[in-house]
Amino acid sequence: MGIAQRPLPQPTGSTKAFWEATRQDRLLVQKCNACSTLQFYPRLFCRTCLSEDTGWMESSGLGVIYTFTINHRAANEHMKEHVPYAVAVVTLDEGVKMMGAMVPGHLASIRIGARVKVVFEKVSDELSLPRFELLEAS
Amino acid sequence: MNISNTSASSSPGFAIVGVAESDLGKVPDKTAVELQAQAARRALLDAGLTLQEVDGVFAHTDDRFPSLQLSEYLGIRPRYTDSTNVGGMSNLLHIRHAMAAIAAGMCEVALITYGSTQLSDGSRKLTALVEDPRSPRGQFVVPHGHLSPIGYYAMVAQLHMQRYGTTSADLAEIAVAARRWAALNPMAYRREPLSIEDVLQSPLVAEPLRQRDCCLVTDGGGALVVTSAARATSLKKRPVLVRGIAERFSHHYTPFDLDDWLDTDVAATAEQAFRMADVTRKDIDVIQIYDHFTIGVMQSLEELGFCARGESKDFVRNGRLGPGGAFPINTSGGGLSYGHPGMFGIFLVIEAVRQLRGECGERQLPDPKLALCHAPGLVFSANTTMILGV
Repeated sequence: MGIAQRPLPQPTGSTKAFWEATRQDRLLVQKCNACSTLQFYPRLFCRTCLSEDTGWMESSGLGVIYTFTINHRAANEHMKEHVPYAVAVVTLDEGVKMMGAMVPGHLASIRIGARVKVVFEKVSDELSLPRFELLEAS
Repeated sequence: MNISNTSASSSPGFAIVGVAESDLGKVPDKTAVELQAQAARRALLDAGLTLQEVDGVFAHTDDRFPSLQLSEYLGIRPRYTDSTNVGGMSNLLHIRHAMAAIAAGMCEVALITYGSTQLSDGSRKLTALVEDPRSPRGQFVVPHGHLSPIGYYAMVAQLHMQRYGTTSADLAEIAVAARRWAALNPMAYRREPLSIEDVLQSPLVAEPLRQRDCCLVTDGGGALVVTSAARATSLKKRPVLVRGIAERFSHHYTPFDLDDWLDTDVAATAEQAFRMADVTRKDIDVIQIYDHFTIGVMQSLEELGFCARGESKDFVRNGRLGPGGAFPINTSGGGLSYGHPGMFGIFLVIEAVRQLRGECGERQLPDPKLALCHAPGLVFSANTTMILGV
């Protein structure tokens, strides 16, 4: 499976809950308990009001493609067998942007503004990565 | 002296008095420090200054402690140093920092350098830098297989195409104009003819960008010497004054907070630089825009205000940016054809200064008085616009 050649995230204190949730196929967005501002990626405190009292809201996992590219060169050894593959920046319905690889296939249907939903790829016992799937093509 | 007001009519201001490249292209027998030292020697000779007169060192490489590495190699003991790294525009930032240091009396003759053996290193070791998997980039970008920086600029190109109908052939115009300038520059690395069709036939890397939409990978270095305009009057070459300069900074490699990736901080830096120089876009004779990727030039032309948003595709057509065109830019051949040793900012300045001095031979523009340089850092993460004048 080439795990060693695949760069994987290493959670920190402020992102641990996010990555634990992805293992349960849930996408969390950090939410400030004091001022309700959402932020992505998760941080130690709310950048709007500086409160350290932050929590989580469960995302619908739905969003639209803000922009994307189709890679014809692999960014790492693991991706070599998947070329060409698409990577998108998605604006979640909750309002924040995040990045994810698109699930394989339907490359020609990928468009800016297309509706997508998050899916989760189990990459190890500890980690699942969020990916995006076109709603229309699925 | 006040660095916010350097227009020719008021304060004495600051000047670039020496410029030079090191050996460029494939330079397997020199280190990054040696390329900087070689460029520094040439820039000091260009200025008519000695090493002993340098009291500020602003060095930039991919290595650690670059200003100390260079000072040791040159055998000098500067009283001011700065190695701020904000990507490709870093040496333009160093010009502004040198102006501030000179204004504050912390140094008088600033040596600004860059050097890289990116090409030779790449051919020796193929493994890229490993990003810290705990960093925001390491957690929320790298695991998705994103190519960076090209993937981000490919995403910008997708936005431009979707919003404005820009085509790959429009992007190719940028690469072709650069190559036609490079053909007139004996220092340029790639000088053989390049057609729109050649660009469109080059392999896709990150759609819609192809290999020939991307800057070269070369070795090389550069150096600038900056001092007060007062000191500059007694030196060898005609001083080139810094008339306006402005910067903005936002993110590292994770630009998720940026609402519109076609509306970065370029415009804010341009407005401030034009206001400081007290000139208008019509007054500018020489334009050097960082061309890491073809789309970057189109984005900058629009955000700098040389054409309206979405109109760069028409603006660049039919060779308008090339030799003999109505809007000549990047007269060295740019990062796309002259050379690109990792960070190109210093080379924009070298070419602008040479154009203003009338030293550009076959590619010389007719009697230019004002030049504009624009450079970003990383992935539209930092921006600077500088206006130079003679």
